[in-house]
Amino acid sequence: MRELICISCPMGCHLKVEGDTLENIVVTGNGCIRGVIYAKNEITAPKRMVCGTVKIEGATQPVVSVKTKEPIPKEKIFDCLEQFNQTTIFAPVNVGDVAISNVCGTGVDVVVTKGLAKK
Amino acid sequence: MMTRNLVIVGGGPAGLACAISAYDAGEKDILILEREEELGGILNQCIHNGFGLHTFKEELTGPEYADRYIQQVVDRKIEYKLGATVIDVNNKKQVTYVSKQDGLVTIDAKAVVLSCGCRERPRGAINIAGMRGSGIFSAGTAQKLVNVQGLSVGKEVVILGSGDIGLIMARRMTFEGAKVKAVVELMPYSSGLNRNIVQCLNDFDIPLLFSHTVVQVHGQGRLTGVTIAKVDENLRPLMETAQFIECDTLLLSVGLLPENELAKNADVEISPVTGGGVVDDGMMTTTEGIFQCGNVLHVHDLVDFVSEESALAGQRAVQYIKQGAPDCEKIKIETKNGVRYCVPALLKKDGDFTSSLNFKMRVASVYKNVTLTVFADGVVVAKKKRPIVTPGEMESITFKQEQIKILKTASNVQVSLEGGEK
Repeated sequence: MRELICISCPMGCHLKVEGDTLENIVVTGNGCIRGVIYAKNEITAPKRMVCGTVKIEGATQPVVSVKTKEPIPKEKIFDCLEQFNQTTIFAPVNVGDVAISNVCGTGVDVVVTKGLAKK
Repeated sequence: MMTRNLVIVGGGPAGLACAISAYDAGEKDILILEREEELGGILNQCIHNGFGLHTFKEELTGPEYADRYIQQVVDRKIEYKLGATVIDVNNKKQVTYVSKQDGLVTIDAKAVVLSCGCRERPRGAINIAGMRGSGIFSAGTAQKLVNVQGLSVGKEVVILGSGDIGLIMARRMTFEGAKVKAVVELMPYSSGLNRNIVQCLNDFDIPLLFSHTVVQVHGQGRLTGVTIAKVDENLRPLMETAQFIECDTLLLSVGLLPENELAKNADVEISPVTGGGVVDDGMMTTTEGIFQCGNVLHVHDLVDFVSEESALAGQRAVQYIKQGAPDCEKIKIETKNGVRYCVPALLKKDGDFTSSLNFKMRVASVYKNVTLTVFADGVVVAKKKRPIVTPGEMESITFKQEQIKILKTASNVQVSLEGGEK
């Protein structure tokens, strides 16, 4: 049995997980269905949301916050951050605008999380 | 003098939620005063995800969460002023602010909500010996520099304090290419959320040293390293355990303090435990017509709970504007057996048993298998079994109508941790 702390939300439920394949995993201690999904992913293919910034030109601040729209495989976090570093976008931007599409071949887009007007 | 029905001091998550609920409760004459150049408060620099699961049933970043509320304020055409710093609130509900645009203005308000948040404990509050080299930041300052201003704050980092901001910044600095050598925590437990220890430290193999502290900082000009040591059970450093860690940056995440200078000017009684105002179950402070909500009242773990509490404050402020304060006795809610504080601290014996009632509490240490218990005149009114409670996670009990009636007619109300291992 493995003990995990669910990171799906700030409640941080203490999960007890039996089994190690998608078919035989049994999860207890979860407060909601997200706990089961998290445990299954964490045991078989851990994923994380990646939040950071990309450069923006023409706005009142030099960087704008972005996130991966969905969690991406944990081992791609740093490749993804490297993509953030190489990206520059231009004001104005709105919440949800795509800054990088299909980041690192994950099929997941990186979207802007803050609207910034043109300076 | 300008007059307004409701003046809200602070346009962060608390002020925004308060304004929206006050408007929806029928009050249209609202003014939000915000000292920054944009609404949203601290959420603007909290670019990580994890906000809003309770409120919106989806996981948002700080700026996205703020945006949802800012849009609602804009849609309702609620007036707000940016770059407007409130410099005084008095016990006659007069609010004085300064701004470039308006100069010095005093507003006569019918009700005032203080939603001005908290600030970080600075280095000076924790007395670390050493020089004053650059490279020592409060974690929130570093967060703003990196996330909003796009600056780099350092390459080799030690973080003192394992509160959420410290943990979040450990990951953020790692993402920015820095090496976080250790997170050092004075207490034998973290005051941060478990999920943040998992996803901010464990994911990147960052060591978390409990019962350790920074005893000295080294370096003139720029920080060159810190000396850390274990502490004994009285939190005194054991110098024989001292070790040097080379680093160019020290981030301090050593606690948040409600920003209550304005409340003090208005004669609001301040709780020595929370550092926030003493409020009743209608969120009113000990000064009539002045309300508090959010982190200025007590430091929250989750913005969702700030929004919820602030929405209540907005409704109750409107109720006060319309009906005035009921002339009734208020009893003090006593806390004991490991419960450090309860918000509200006072309960009105106003005969109102239909409005919602919720207690939020923090415990003094980590306890297992305890029952959070509420007593009225010595009789159990509510119980909540908890497998584990920690100082870092706020506890909450919401009461049913029949329980509210018992509590609001009792002459003694107590909140206590019963049973379990302490």
